[in-house]
Amino acid sequence: MLGLSRLFPKFTINFISLRKTSYAISLVMITCSLTFALFTNFNYGIDFKGGTLVELRFSEPVDIATVRAKVGQLSKGASLQNFGQHNDILAKLSDVFENSSERQIFMDKIIQDLPGNPSIRRVESIGPKVSAEAVLNAGFATLMALLFMLLYVWVRFEWHYGLCAIIALVHDSVCVFGLYSIFGMELNFTSIVAILITIGYSINDTVVIYDRLRDHAHLDIPLKKMINTAINDSLSRTLLTSLSTMISLFALFFFGGPIISTYSLPILVGVVVGTYSSIFIAAPLLFSFNAQIYRPIKPDVTNLPKELEV
Amino acid sequence: MKLLAKVSFLGFITLLSVIYTVPTFFPNCAKHPIFKYFNAQPTPLGLDLKGGASVLLEVDLESANKSYLQRLAQSTRQFLRAEKVSAKFIQIQGNSLLIGSEKSFADSVQKALGRGIHITYDEQQSCFVATPSGAIFEEQQSMLVEQSIGIVGRRIDESGTKEANILRQGFNRFLVQVPGLADTTHLLSLIGRTAQLNFHLFASKSSAFGSLKIPDANQKNTMYSLQPLPDVAGDMLVDAQPSFDDNGQPAVSFRLNAIGARKFGEVTKKNIGKPFAIVLDKKVISAPVIQSAITGGSGIISGHFTTAEARQLAILLRSGALPADLKILEESTVGPDLGSDSITLGKNATLVSIAILFIFVWVVYGALFGTVANASLALNLSLLISVMSILEATLTLPGIAGIALTLGMAVDANVLIYERIKEELALGNTLQKSLKAGFKRAIATIVDSNVTTLLGAFFLYQFGSGPVRGFAISLSLGIILSMFTAITLTRIMLQIALRNKSC
Repeated sequence: MLGLSRLFPKFTINFISLRKTSYAISLVMITCSLTFALFTNFNYGIDFKGGTLVELRFSEPVDIATVRAKVGQLSKGASLQNFGQHNDILAKLSDVFENSSERQIFMDKIIQDLPGNPSIRRVESIGPKVSAEAVLNAGFATLMALLFMLLYVWVRFEWHYGLCAIIALVHDSVCVFGLYSIFGMELNFTSIVAILITIGYSINDTVVIYDRLRDHAHLDIPLKKMINTAINDSLSRTLLTSLSTMISLFALFFFGGPIISTYSLPILVGVVVGTYSSIFIAAPLLFSFNAQIYRPIKPDVTNLPKELEV
Repeated sequence: MKLLAKVSFLGFITLLSVIYTVPTFFPNCAKHPIFKYFNAQPTPLGLDLKGGASVLLEVDLESANKSYLQRLAQSTRQFLRAEKVSAKFIQIQGNSLLIGSEKSFADSVQKALGRGIHITYDEQQSCFVATPSGAIFEEQQSMLVEQSIGIVGRRIDESGTKEANILRQGFNRFLVQVPGLADTTHLLSLIGRTAQLNFHLFASKSSAFGSLKIPDANQKNTMYSLQPLPDVAGDMLVDAQPSFDDNGQPAVSFRLNAIGARKFGEVTKKNIGKPFAIVLDKKVISAPVIQSAITGGSGIISGHFTTAEARQLAILLRSGALPADLKILEESTVGPDLGSDSITLGKNATLVSIAILFIFVWVVYGALFGTVANASLALNLSLLISVMSILEATLTLPGIAGIALTLGMAVDANVLIYERIKEELALGNTLQKSLKAGFKRAIATIVDSNVTTLLGAFFLYQFGSGPVRGFAISLSLGIILSMFTAITLTRIMLQIALRNKSC
């Protein structure tokens, strides 16, 4: 058939009977995420707590401990790490220089006092006022995105489709969020980007499955079979798309340099979680939901058109 | 004929997108007449890629109301004096002005204050209470912000920095963006300094107004006791240039306007032999003794400057003093070498991702369908870069990440179409019929799934600043263009590739 052969076999997995297992897995993930979020402190980046980030390049290799001690004298609570190449150091300061002459004095001192002839490659500084606004804006943007996705799915499908999709999206957001608390990764603007991309990606997968479901909605077949068929029929597409997106993200992670890498890792995790939730949460949830609310869907097997086989 | 039209359309789009893509990768090509004819420019780079500084500043408004009331008090005092209305005191209390005068002078007081200011009479204190309306304060604050922006702009211009961009944000904030600058520390100190220059005589013991204690600029422990009101103020200055004093030390020469020159002449004439303090931003930079009356309106300021400091001070004085304090709320500075490193890394990552995607698509879909899918992918990338260049959308580092991510997601449209075609074929339909039906069914899904992702990108744009917005822009454009490519171009390509084939 002109090369349009199947990479994957025709899937016949019964996702609906697996739903209790998948709900349990998700519950464990969400509980872990929330527990860690509640009982450990987030590693807030300067975007959210204010502070200054200085990336330095030294013309010769320097001992990071020496640099740490010197910078510590200039600014209390500074944390330093190697960044990218071995003679690049990223210093995170809790100080914010609102006054330009204070800033000048500090930067001059950094260049004069540190060994290894440093040059300042990058300075990012965010004052407490702006970072407080950023936290609000980030939360607001995520909530608005969720709300409008709910409305869109509601309008294009039905309200319970929207609700299930949103539950899956909240699940995704919590899991990606949990990643930050469990692994102590720095929470900053990039994290919000990752969460928004994750839910954008996850809803994409979910909508593709729901679309299938709508195609068959007029047929008189049991809901369980209908949902299973929808997931299985679109599974090779879901996997192919996830793979191609992950290829791009891996390329970014390995070849994009330190700044781009920090963007791609959480999105990568988000794509995996998003794909999982579309298949194992969003679609089966629709079954659990409908089984409760629209209980009288009668399985009338005798009059089934034969084109749908699970 | 129909086929010919489709081929021409495809060719036309491809050619245009290539023309608008090339300059981004080879900036020198933009000078070539072909690219000039189409006005094809490289996609503008964000500050994180070409290096530069972006600073968000806030104008301190708290001082604005007070300084307005001070000026109002002064003008009222002058007016009442001219009208021969006696006022025992004029003082500021909160957002009001208290004017100690008799009730019968209400008309004169109202006239002195001008319109828009409500007055009542306080019998107990026997004074007028004048309260300017909220609108007046707001107008004053707005003016203050505009003045500050104007002065910052002038300072950047005077320092010889080109292409600076100043954007007002909200009521009292503005963003200064300066591309390709190595020394931002210098720029920031130029922007943030108040640069209020005043000349004060020393306070005499019998002074009725008390005295003003001001420290020396270089020796912190030395304090001067000066007359509280400046004898000559810096706003009378019309020009300032870096120069050298009699000892060959760097200094700043200045020239005053006519009023300032007259006043300077009078003060120096009356006070020969006395020190005259030059005060910059509440610090005494020098206090030379007046040798003779200076009537020409020009003079020289010396005070242990380096040549660079003298040059900077001259720029600051020339551009005028800031009417209010400026706070740095947010700063992002990227050195030019880091920017070019990022471009290289971003390009590499994108190329690697394209290369692997191409191979992946060929493996999955074979020579014919794989080639069509890859051609749409390449065209999609080219269109994305063209549209960004035409719209002059700024390319940032996260924007590059967005492009690579979009490519991964753009494969999705092809996957959806092919999977549907496969299903149609599996139902026993002919190739041409499957093609048609497959497209029809896939498009609804493509639109639905992409609109939801677009919603996410939209709120990302709303929330984000600078770089994050770059990500949102390239992602949204990428999604829209991948829909366009899938619905029109991929379809045409498949129709051409499969025109004589049957299943």
